[in-house]
Amino acid sequence: MSAFDSTVQLVLLACAALFVVGLHLMNAPSTARRGNRLSAAAMTVLLVLTALTLVHEQQITVGAVVALTAGTLGGGVAGWFAARRVAMTAMPQLVSLFNAVGGGAAALISLGEALNPATDPDRRPVQTAVSMILGMAIGGLTLSGSLVASGKLAGTLPGRPIAVPGRSWAAGLLGLVVLGLAAVLLTAAGAEVAALSGIGLAALLSGVVLTLPIGGADMPVVVSLLNACTGTAVAMAGFVLRAGVLIIAGALVGAAGAILTKLMADAMNRSLAAIVAGGYGTGDVAVPAAAGGTAAVREIAAADAALQLAYARKVVIVPGYGLAAAQAQHEVVALARALGERGVEVGYGIHPVAGRMPGHMNVLLAEADAPYQQLLDLDEINPQFPATDVALVVGANDVTNPAARRPGNSVSGMPILDVDRSRSVIVIKRSLGHGYAGIDNELYTGRTTAMLFADAKKGLAALLAGVREYAT
Amino acid sequence: MLLADLTVFVLGLLVGFEVITKVPATLHTPLMSGANAIHGIVLAGVMLMAAAVSTATGYAVVLVAAAFAAMNVVGGYVVTDRMLTMFDPGARARS
Repeated sequence: MSAFDSTVQLVLLACAALFVVGLHLMNAPSTARRGNRLSAAAMTVLLVLTALTLVHEQQITVGAVVALTAGTLGGGVAGWFAARRVAMTAMPQLVSLFNAVGGGAAALISLGEALNPATDPDRRPVQTAVSMILGMAIGGLTLSGSLVASGKLAGTLPGRPIAVPGRSWAAGLLGLVVLGLAAVLLTAAGAEVAALSGIGLAALLSGVVLTLPIGGADMPVVVSLLNACTGTAVAMAGFVLRAGVLIIAGALVGAAGAILTKLMADAMNRSLAAIVAGGYGTGDVAVPAAAGGTAAVREIAAADAALQLAYARKVVIVPGYGLAAAQAQHEVVALARALGERGVEVGYGIHPVAGRMPGHMNVLLAEADAPYQQLLDLDEINPQFPATDVALVVGANDVTNPAARRPGNSVSGMPILDVDRSRSVIVIKRSLGHGYAGIDNELYTGRTTAMLFADAKKGLAALLAGVREYAT
Repeated sequence: MLLADLTVFVLGLLVGFEVITKVPATLHTPLMSGANAIHGIVLAGVMLMAAAVSTATGYAVVLVAAAFAAMNVVGGYVVTDRMLTMFDPGARARS
């Protein structure tokens, strides 16, 4: 190994280590930004170094340089503008879109390797061929799956589960096609590009078939799972190209995606298998409540609710999907601030699945300048509810349902926010419609609960106006 | 060679698990987005692949793959930085 090569290898190792350090710094809000910038700096060095290596070895053709430069500039500029302009509420679909193109790039690396005239397919090691197949299959699935997920989150595709007739048969058949073509690729030299393209097409179709029937509310888990897939596809590309740093980075992303997927599935009280199987989880079902349930519901006017909030000592706000969907994060923070100015102690109780991505609600509230110390997770906030005068629930449903503490229903065992243990509860919600679990929320008929039927944004604005009336 | 690569892969997974389980739920969206940006490293892979192609089809594949990967890496880091700025009131005041 020449001195140049050794230096390159050492710097690549340092970059890989910096990715780990960067991710590590994400464990606290005060250092997270530095961590991300460190990771970005390592990435820049790594990419420049890779370009230098190619120049040093003088093995790249002019055409390839032109294609590479044009692609990088075009993609980079597009990514930059999309990232600068996106609204915080639209973040999940953009992250999903970036994930899609990452998977696509990994798949194309497999294809590029097959197109490489310099390598003789007969002499290619079996493990490289297997990595190519896996990279193509996983990358293709991620590309189309993430595009569908992104479309569902953005509303360009309907959020409801779309039934694909004979879905399990279709998925099984596509799996068999991939396996068959993989066998062709491994045995018949010369059919590589065709077989690999076939695998890519089957993988793209599988991504669509598998993601379409999954409802919008389950999308956070799907996005996270597909992110783990991209990580794996990138690691596969690393195996194909024998680039250790790609393997490390892919493994890191794979681990991150896998952990987040598990956390999200647990917080939603669903098995990963049930989510992937799809069929329900729309988050916006508006089924009228059962006749027996509506009788005991107590409705409250915004002015009365505002009075109650203004004269409370301690208020806990529980924001949910409804708040994210209505983009009412600024309104809720304005209300919290007005209450704080009156001397009311305010906190936010945030369930892990609130919002449309893991931790998305925290981003939305942070965007609206909610103080970080007020954002409390499940374990921190639950012991505080018995000492809370008013719990204000904004558009959260299943995560506040006390029925979860009893066995025998679809939310049994789900970790919930104990809002019903506070002295009183005000729920802002448009209707008595069900959450994605599809059952009545016993909280709404509770003795201490009052319902304020309104859109999250309008309801919060009315409360704020009400609270300001009592301003001293 | 395969064994060495597999070792790296498995150790990478374990380190990833270890580091990422310590990230609080508050930062899970930026974490996912930041991890998403890291897999944009696939751009380095595209460069390595570009060194080996010499046909028109090959160039087309390189062009599209480079555009995909660059969008992933640039967009991923920028969007993560924007999100994290919101968790840092000092940085928000400066910007």
